Amino acid sequence: MEKFMQWIDERYPLTETYNEHLAKYYAPKNFNWMYYFGSLALLMLVVQIVTGIFLTMHYKPDARLAFESVEYIMRDVPWGWLMRYLHAVGASFFFIVVYLHMLRGMLYGSHRSPRELLWLVGMVIFLCLMAEAFMGYLLPWGNMSYWGAQVIISLFGAIPYVGDGLTEWIRGDFVVADATLNRFFALHVIALPLVLAGLVFVHLIALHKVGSNNPDGIEIKKNKGPDGIPVDGIPFHPYYTVKDLVGVSVFLMIYFAVVFFMPEFFGWFLEHDNFTPANLLQTPTEIKPLWYFTPFYSILRATTNTLLPYLAGVALVTMVLAVMAVKNLIGRALIVGATVVFIAGLFTLEAKFWGVVLMGLSIVLLALLPWLDRSPVKSIRYRGWMYKTAITVFCINFLLLGWLGTQGVDETKTLLAQVGTIIYLLFFVLMPVYTSLDKTRPVPERLTK
Amino acid sequence: MKRTVFLICLLLAPLAATAAGGNGQLDEVKIDLRDKQALQRGARLFVNFCLSCHSAGYMRYDRMGKDLGIPEAVLKDNFLFSAHRPGDLMKATMPHDDAKLWFGTAPPDLSLVARSRGPEWFYTYMRSFYQDEVSPSGWNNRVFPHVAMPHVLYEWQGTQQAIFHKDEHGQQHFERFELTKAGSMSPEEYDAAMHDLTNFMVYLGEPAKLHRYNIGVFVLIFMAIFTLLMYALKKEYWTDVK
Repeated sequence: MEKFMQWIDERYPLTETYNEHLAKYYAPKNFNWMYYFGSLALLMLVVQIVTGIFLTMHYKPDARLAFESVEYIMRDVPWGWLMRYLHAVGASFFFIVVYLHMLRGMLYGSHRSPRELLWLVGMVIFLCLMAEAFMGYLLPWGNMSYWGAQVIISLFGAIPYVGDGLTEWIRGDFVVADATLNRFFALHVIALPLVLAGLVFVHLIALHKVGSNNPDGIEIKKNKGPDGIPVDGIPFHPYYTVKDLVGVSVFLMIYFAVVFFMPEFFGWFLEHDNFTPANLLQTPTEIKPLWYFTPFYSILRATTNTLLPYLAGVALVTMVLAVMAVKNLIGRALIVGATVVFIAGLFTLEAKFWGVVLMGLSIVLLALLPWLDRSPVKSIRYRGWMYKTAITVFCINFLLLGWLGTQGVDETKTLLAQVGTIIYLLFFVLMPVYTSLDKTRPVPERLTK
Repeated sequence: MKRTVFLICLLLAPLAATAAGGNGQLDEVKIDLRDKQALQRGARLFVNFCLSCHSAGYMRYDRMGKDLGIPEAVLKDNFLFSAHRPGDLMKATMPHDDAKLWFGTAPPDLSLVARSRGPEWFYTYMRSFYQDEVSPSGWNNRVFPHVAMPHVLYEWQGTQQAIFHKDEHGQQHFERFELTKAGSMSPEEYDAAMHDLTNFMVYLGEPAKLHRYNIGVFVLIFMAIFTLLMYALKKEYWTDVK
């Protein structure tokens, strides 16, 4: 065996890789339950790929056959229903896990230096995952699939001049049709999964370069023993592999409970309208994306003419803060100039266009977190009341926006969504202010429990 | 760990409450897929009446027979009207194009109606036909206004009239039904028959439902034991972490 390993190692760095990423990768010893979601996200990626392979064996990407082939999988293919439910419910669980994984980062400052790049790669993964989920959702060719795709693709039509041509190019037809289904299938089963797998690999390499953060936000690498091993670190394998197995078991228990006992999850994971085949002539009463898109969808819908003056206000606040932060004159002039152009644009271009911009911006802002956060400490444990309040409000607001996105629009709900949108923006825009003003507590030298 | 489960439940609980909404005034119906006899009665009803015009085109006769415990001989004699082989899909007797001509629209496939509209809707719909001179078929339906389908089972239920009242804005509101001519069944008997049919429609929407609950129980028991083992393993390994 030893000889065999030596033979391999001379040709491929197997033992080296194993040591670097598992046996001698030192992770902080005080991970709490929020730290399960990274490995769980990886697990969900594998589950989606494996179940997806089996679904692809029986699914037909053809507008006349797609819906039928899904029912064929549900009824005639042995264990087909299980693969389909694992995959469809899996999408929702993937997003639950990813959202909690991101929240973990925001709580303990995992996006802060030196992990900015790690965070950025994560944000690209998040974008990719959204594209992947959106395209996958068209494939069952149910009526909600169809109209959801119709609505989301038509968003690109709001872009001035090129919009109409662009939507037609995306669909490959004047409406969502067979051509759209075929290309979405190609992107969903091969292009995006490849990109995702690659990005996840980069995400892990970036993580292992800088090392894991922890609930205390302390760099364990700064405190090494005489052997060069961080005093507060423990080898990932076996300690965290066995611990993650506990997390995986509990997670699977919840996931399987939903898959076997309530796969539709009251219409939240599988929508009732999607059990009717796609019909160009019959629009569902309410077109809504699945729950994981609704916070952003809410922001899109909330951007009406009445919101634009308030957006101009947010832009002005941003300008003042940016001008105060930038010291040189040219920089300041550029900021003022950009703001003037932006505000002029707000009142000349359609609100619909700004809705799309704002939806994009709401994700871009998340990516900017490492630079917006000015606190001297990373973890919420040592921050003052300002950040704690801000992030609590942000989370409640995010859930509220998500809920509103699943509801029909009326006056109160639109107003709520508009307030929510402004709160969402202010959380980021004001972050440099409240994080630097916030009173922090001293961070200990060593990890606490 | 408990906190994880609790938090996730807490996050999702209000969602569950709001997602169930929809157009109100639907009657409750208790679905029991373990009641094989009720499912068989519902299947008989479906094949005898509904299948003349509507398909259940994703479903095969023999699968239904196997799931509901109908012997193949009985299936062949009493269920296969428009099909030749037990392995055939359950297609309507009435040709699609004729249906379009006669009713203005082809009757929809019913395989998934209990999933897209819900069992409550279906149960209420089947009991909510009323006479309406204005409509071409002479029938209307409270939960599906101006539906093209006539009341096929009026001989069982009898004929009923809908009583509306006007509010101060002149809006019509449904109040109740009044039986104008009794059918061959009492209202209770008719409701029971429609209950059986609804039960069958839920099965028809997702045959796997018969199995997945049973399998799910074993899966969860296994996962519970597995979790305990993993927890013990973790404890054992972590004793030397100070």
